[in-house]
Amino acid sequence: MADVLTAPPEVGRRHFEPNYLNERRGILSWLTTLDHKRIGVMYLWSVLVAFLLGGIFAMVVRMELLTPKETIISADAYNKAFTLHGAIMIFLFIIPGIPAALGNFVLPLLIGAKDVAFPRLNLASYYLYVAGALFALASMIFGGVDTGWTFYTPYSTTTTTKVSLLTLGAFILGFSSIFTGVNFIATVHKLRVPGMTWFNMPLFIWGLYATAIIQVLATPVLGITLLLIVMERVWKVGIFDPALGGDPVLFQHFFWFYSHPAVYIMILPGMAIISEVIPTFSKKTIFGYKAIAYSSVAIAFISFLVWGHHMFTSGQSDLATAVFSFLTFLVAIPSAIKVFNWLATMYRGSIDLKAPMIYAIMFLLLFAIGGLTGIFLGTISVDVHLHDTYFVVAHFHYVMMGGTVIAFIAGLHYWWPKMFGRMYSEKWARPAALLIFLGFNMTFLAQFILGSRGMPRRYYNYLEQFQPLHVFSTIGSWVLALGLFMVGGYLLASLRKPYDAPDNPWGGKTLEWTTSSPPITHNFETTPVLTHGPYDYSPQEATR
Amino acid sequence: MNWLRSLMMPAPGSSYASEVDDLYMLIFWISAFFFLLIAGLLSYFVWRYRRRSADEVTPHISHNFKLEVVWSVIPLIIVVVLFFLGFNSYMNARVGPGEALEIQVRGKRWVWEFEYPDGMRTLNEIYIPVNRPVRFVMSSEDVIHSFYVPSFRVKMDVLPNRYTDLWFHPIEEGVHTMLCAEYCGRGHSDMLAQIHVVSEAKFREWQEQGDERMRTMPLAELGKMLYESRGCATCHSIDGTRREGPTFKGIYGESHAMRDGSTVLVDENYLRESILEPQAKIRSGYEAIMPTFQGLLREREIAALIEFIKAQK
Amino acid sequence: MSHPAAPAEHVHEPFLQHHFAEPAQQVDAAKIGMWVFLVTEVLLFGGLFVGYGIMHSKHPEAFASAHHHLDRTLGALNTIVLLVSSFTMVMAVAAAQAGKRRHLINYLTATLSLAGVFLVIKYFEYSHKIHEGLLPGALYSYKGEAVPGEFMFFSFYFMMTGLHGLHVIAGMIAISWVLRRAIRGDFSERYYTPVDLVGLYWHLVDMIWIYLFPLMYLIS
Ligand code: HEA
Ligand code: HEA
Ligand code: HEC
Ligand code: CUA
Ligand SMILES: [Cu+2]
Repeated sequence: MADVLTAPPEVGRRHFEPNYLNERRGILSWLTTLDHKRIGVMYLWSVLVAFLLGGIFAMVVRMELLTPKETIISADAYNKAFTLHGAIMIFLFIIPGIPAALGNFVLPLLIGAKDVAFPRLNLASYYLYVAGALFALASMIFGGVDTGWTFYTPYSTTTTTKVSLLTLGAFILGFSSIFTGVNFIATVHKLRVPGMTWFNMPLFIWGLYATAIIQVLATPVLGITLLLIVMERVWKVGIFDPALGGDPVLFQHFFWFYSHPAVYIMILPGMAIISEVIPTFSKKTIFGYKAIAYSSVAIAFISFLVWGHHMFTSGQSDLATAVFSFLTFLVAIPSAIKVFNWLATMYRGSIDLKAPMIYAIMFLLLFAIGGLTGIFLGTISVDVHLHDTYFVVAHFHYVMMGGTVIAFIAGLHYWWPKMFGRMYSEKWARPAALLIFLGFNMTFLAQFILGSRGMPRRYYNYLEQFQPLHVFSTIGSWVLALGLFMVGGYLLASLRKPYDAPDNPWGGKTLEWTTSSPPITHNFETTPVLTHGPYDYSPQEATR
Repeated sequence: MNWLRSLMMPAPGSSYASEVDDLYMLIFWISAFFFLLIAGLLSYFVWRYRRRSADEVTPHISHNFKLEVVWSVIPLIIVVVLFFLGFNSYMNARVGPGEALEIQVRGKRWVWEFEYPDGMRTLNEIYIPVNRPVRFVMSSEDVIHSFYVPSFRVKMDVLPNRYTDLWFHPIEEGVHTMLCAEYCGRGHSDMLAQIHVVSEAKFREWQEQGDERMRTMPLAELGKMLYESRGCATCHSIDGTRREGPTFKGIYGESHAMRDGSTVLVDENYLRESILEPQAKIRSGYEAIMPTFQGLLREREIAALIEFIKAQK
Repeated sequence: MSHPAAPAEHVHEPFLQHHFAEPAQQVDAAKIGMWVFLVTEVLLFGGLFVGYGIMHSKHPEAFASAHHHLDRTLGALNTIVLLVSSFTMVMAVAAAQAGKRRHLINYLTATLSLAGVFLVIKYFEYSHKIHEGLLPGALYSYKGEAVPGEFMFFSFYFMMTGLHGLHVIAGMIAISWVLRRAIRGDFSERYYTPVDLVGLYWHLVDMIWIYLFPLMYLIS
């Protein structure tokens, strides 16, 4: 078995057999499919469209901030722009992004299954996603929303913009996310190929499993919270309205009880991709398999206990503030463990700087900055100064864009040949990655300084002294966008070629590389047989 | 490394500010160390262990318990220390001294209203004496706002259903900008106030007679300044565009229809009434949301505003 | 899991989906899925329970006084109705396990009818409150004597019992679905997972009511 896998990459054996892409044709065969691969692909296109849309709003935001007063749009339009930018990026792009698009496609392949446990639920979750997206779209068409993605009360319950439509959309998207989580948990428990023990699973599975736990435990609370906002707007039930005896800060507790764990819904799948890419391109066993696996689960659980760190200045009690700060620091440790284990994996490896690896390295650098700046924010007295400034904006873009999105792009390149049977252009990938790296740092490093100097976020007009840094940041965003469009361009261009990807272009050891590129409809010709662990690259493995 | 500190942060305006800055810089250096460590190892590995041939073999190194412990425990110790330092300085900022000048703050869209113990009220502007702690007791009339003075490194949300408080101890004379740090709608980024830290003598003089500049400035100029600093500009334009309130452009001398069906000629008296008792006559097509400025403007200031509005042709 | 490599065709059952190797695996997966889903349901209500608890502690008098408007007898009656329906559901599942189609159909019909009774009683309770003007939030128009803040109690009353009512309706749809399949003869001793799962769901709906009842009707 091992010799099949380590043989030099040949052009795939099964190119001319029907695969999941061409076995059935026609739009209807896609819309009614129960195949996890097709659902994954539909998700992929959908989240990429959402990313593009969110990115356009981001460019508008950056453009407006070029000058201290009005540049291109009014204050109202600006407030809607950053709200929709944040809401689209979070609810429509980054949360479903890796699990529902890439995860759906490769999770069953990685554990040697024919599909996820509940294919119909999977399709339902996709349609819920579409329905939620339509609601979000409707809120835009009928006038937009201006609350910020956090929907803080009582502003959100009194503003005249289309808050109910957007929150209903997010509510529906929440259920889509819950269904994906339920599906993955059952799949991982029950559909692993015979012989694959928990500690024999690829780490990507561990990451998605931990993510699914958070999705299932946190999202319902968001659901009910968003419903309460709608109730408050429609019937004035009073729970968040101080004038009626309610408590607006209660909303913040509810919201962050979901949204803090949600940031780990965003990062864990990204980390999971990195745990696959680094061993493959270092051609070396992952270092500290159990440490990485357990730390994912540790993050999942501790993440439920730290939500109050978004509320250090909200008037919550000093005791609560202290406890939340302490727990925030604890949740940083598992991330640190992962970073060091990835580094150790590269030690004495055979490192091949193909595009996925370039992005994995970029992830390590940017996530380190994002995570370390999280430490500033966890420190209470420093956070009091930095809260709701551009420092926070920069922090979360480093972890979300620099962390998750970069990991997503790494995973996209890594599995692209498997998904579509074509190789992308390595020649174009490098300059694009360089532009993304430069542009990203230009855009957001400047924002750390802005924030530390006291530039609040969600500001349409700002003090003149901040202009040079804002100009720098805006120019950076153009470089970043150029890089991203290049990536989109060469990936799409590769689809016009005939199939040219080998079954195992990177010499990977996990099960997805044992089937054809693109995979056949039922994934594997026969139930795969495990002969080695997911990261057994070294000859010593035999003697272990 | 002072240049770095002053690049990252505005000059400290309170004793507490340097305490925060010390901690900030400590975390900065710890972070710099770890970042450079990671970036350095990464670059070294990428170069040293680059793939030289397709069939290279790598050693099987699966784990090392000692290393795991080292790189879990060291960060753990660091963050626990940081927690205590952060908590400590936070409590220093929370627990105020007994003796402090107490100022009431009311946030409303999109102005800050201050009230001194002697009943004097000001808008978007306060004077405080240097070297004396000041305590602010805050509440909001509508949505959540947040009281933020970067140069003092203090911030506290201002809530509609309860009082929150905050204090600081200014150490130098000067003018500081106070900002609203919690998103509150269209005028959020214009919800600024000026904090003048002045000598004890100047402070007393101001309490008695008001700002010297205000007393001597020509009326029209004063009017323009008040228009910008007292929040009129958030709702009223001077270029003809409609905001929450009607534009000031060319309204003097016009006749306006009111909500109750009457018509009113815009003259000095109507302008005065609109400022002091905005709810008395509501212009049709607008909401009755303008706050009253009764008690917030001196006679000369009202005259200046009227002069300014008249000048908008 | 004992014959991993055996092709599925050998043990093919009509209900076995293609991606499962054998029936036991399919059943286990379905059960895990259902349990996890029930957890999310509990958390969904959990948010409302927490909100209710906080508002209760903020306005204890108002809540205590408002709850007198609820009819304890009807509430208790409904609790009994749901408890009995849980029992008939247990019997239905047992009948399915034993492959007794006739019993299965009868017990499912009984459960369905009891759910209907619950809704009818709830309808009378609701219409009485609507009549008195005891509606949530802005719709509250009660004219009698009241402690300020009582409307908040009714906000929660309607939101929580309303959401629960929606779950009862969802449960009835699910029961009707398995009932139809039972009549069609889809189930046997070998295959009755849907009955099992709908049963689990129905117990959850009951359990939530068991918490709602003392919380709303029996504040002291
Ligand atoms: C992917 C998403 C993501 C991730 C992974 C994180 C990770 C972390 N975040 Fe972040 N955060 C957000 C997304 C994310 N965050 C968002 C969206 C907001 C703002 C929302 C809004 O208001 O709109 C936010 C806001 C936010 C705040 C509130 C700020 C404020 O509003 O005042 C705080 C405060 O504690 C915080 C802390 C942290 C910490 C401690 C981590 C840690 O998990 C980081 C751990 C990682 C490391 C520490 C780096 C790697 C380790 C090493 C290099 C080893 C050395 C380490 C040490 C010595 C400690 N974050
Ligand atoms: C996943 C999350 C995510 C991502 C990726 C981004 C990406 C970006 N964000 Fe965003 N941002 C948020 C989440 C995110 N943001 C959130 C939650 C807020 C808070 C909102 C609030 O306050 O309520 C925020 C707020 C925010 C602000 C602060 C606004 C304010 O407070 O006033 C700014 C300002 O500079 C900004 C800028 C940017 C920029 C320049 C990018 C760029 O990185 C974007 C670049 C992307 C593109 C240009 C699109 C290109 C895409 C394609 C071409 C598709 C095909 C691509 C491939 C196949 C790869 N963002
Ligand atoms: C929160 C918003 C807001 C602020 C702040 C505000 N106004 Fe107004 N103003 C309004 C609105 C709305 C109206 C129209 C409704 C009415 O007549 O009350 C109005 C009406 C007026 C009018 C009558 C105009 C007409 O055409 O009839 C005058 C004069 C005026 N404001 C002056 C001022 C001055 C001077 C200030 C600052 C010191 C100020 N306003 C601050 C909202 C505001
Ligand atoms: Cu007030 Cu923002
Ligand atoms: Cu958080």
